[in-house]
Amino acid sequence: MSEVQAPAAYVAPKARSLFEPHRIVLMLIFAGLIFCVAWFMRWDWLPRYQGRLVYGVGQTLLMLFSTAIVGFLFAVPLGLVQVTGPKPLALLARGFCTLIRGTPLLLQLWLLYYGLGSLFAQFPEIRSSFLWPYLRQAWPYGFTALMISFAAYEGEVMRGAFAGVPKGELEAGRAFGMSRFTLFRRIWLPRAIHRALPTLTGETVLQLKSTPLVATVTVVDVYAIISRVRQETFLTYEPLLLLALIYLCLTGMLVYAFRLLEKRIPTRGV
Amino acid sequence: MDATLQLLSIGSPGWGGVLLAGLAASMQVAFGGFLLGLVIGTGGAAGKLWGGPVLRDLLEVYTTVVRGVPELVLILILYYAGTDVVNEVMALLGLPSVDISGLAAGIFVIGVVQGAYSTEVLRGAIQSIPPGQIEAARAYGMSPLLALRRVTLPAMLPFALPGLSNLWLIATKDTALLAVVGFAELTLVTRQAAGTTKAYMTFFLAAGALYLAVTLISNLVIGLIEKRALRGMVRPGGAT
Repeated sequence: MSEVQAPAAYVAPKARSLFEPHRIVLMLIFAGLIFCVAWFMRWDWLPRYQGRLVYGVGQTLLMLFSTAIVGFLFAVPLGLVQVTGPKPLALLARGFCTLIRGTPLLLQLWLLYYGLGSLFAQFPEIRSSFLWPYLRQAWPYGFTALMISFAAYEGEVMRGAFAGVPKGELEAGRAFGMSRFTLFRRIWLPRAIHRALPTLTGETVLQLKSTPLVATVTVVDVYAIISRVRQETFLTYEPLLLLALIYLCLTGMLVYAFRLLEKRIPTRGV
Repeated sequence: MDATLQLLSIGSPGWGGVLLAGLAASMQVAFGGFLLGLVIGTGGAAGKLWGGPVLRDLLEVYTTVVRGVPELVLILILYYAGTDVVNEVMALLGLPSVDISGLAAGIFVIGVVQGAYSTEVLRGAIQSIPPGQIEAARAYGMSPLLALRRVTLPAMLPFALPGLSNLWLIATKDTALLAVVGFAELTLVTRQAAGTTKAYMTFFLAAGALYLAVTLISNLVIGLIEKRALRGMVRPGGAT
């Protein structure tokens, strides 16, 4: 910390180009590192597991998008009820969000899978029902846990977004004679989603990073495939490094896709 | 009901004591990891704001990678890599290899993860200090370190508090992930207790209640700290 510290704290950083000299050197060093990793570590298992890895990535993405979409559908009423709903419902929604956000996802998942799973098995009515073939598998529990968690976190975000839509816009809609539902559909919801979109990006990335937890209850995603590789090849680092790289790429693509989405939404006259 | 209470009792037939020991382990890791994260974060924020170009780029890589990879994967990598590196160094020094305690490894892992997030929180907080305050400190002739201690750090605190309290809550919940590497924290001992007694619901609900209690108590304490840190200030962001 030299004497440049104070001004540097508030001078906006210059736009920096990708190809400054020190960056080229850093890139060369990283390229060398990657070359060493590729050359000196064992990667001969890769072709054998290629197909399964692609399948695993697909499963991870399926888990991510299905839980995020269904979770978001639950999050909208959760947020709305907290802003305008009747008192008991609002309290209930708030309690639900606090409960889910206050306990670790891994614990919720194990509660559902081991707890609820063993409870279901005690009832002959459930065992003989048409749902049983599904309830015996792991993915419904993984899906439910991830979906509930996303709904709770996003419900909190939507609460803020609904509350933050300027009163004037809603009053203008009412002055046009819109019914409550039309007002909600045309103005309140789109404006709230627009406001929540940057946070939604972060929440979706967090959701992606939560998906490997379902592998602990035997759902097969890319993390589970890599665990198989580690058990069968007795390698520690190579599969994990590849896994980290896969998740980094997925995160990068997700952030990029959301940025495109954010750009598509017009921000005229804000 | 009586059977449930007996299962949860602190004494010998029950598993309550085991759960509480797990909770204590969880809290130790969370607290240690959070503190380590703060130290890394302070250094990281200083490096990002006032460091040279190379340091800045390296810190950018660190925060991007940690924030883009699932905590579970990072914990696995760092848990194995951390113990391996220590043992390699011990071997190089001609010392016998040591068994790293789960607690130390857990604190290290959570700290590295938290460090990336708190780097961003602290950097943002330092940047939102009104520039006039720092200029005033310099006009008084304070040395950079003195200005940091007397002006920048205290002035940054109100901006950093929401982010930091969030990080603390995340740290308490991230400790659960250490169950996957076999560290006996609350979630893992709960699963063991549940598996042994077959009373899955009882134990998972009890552990959930413990985690929730930690969160709620933390929220209370955070509220008190915020009230004190924000005394005499116009609420940032204005009244809602």
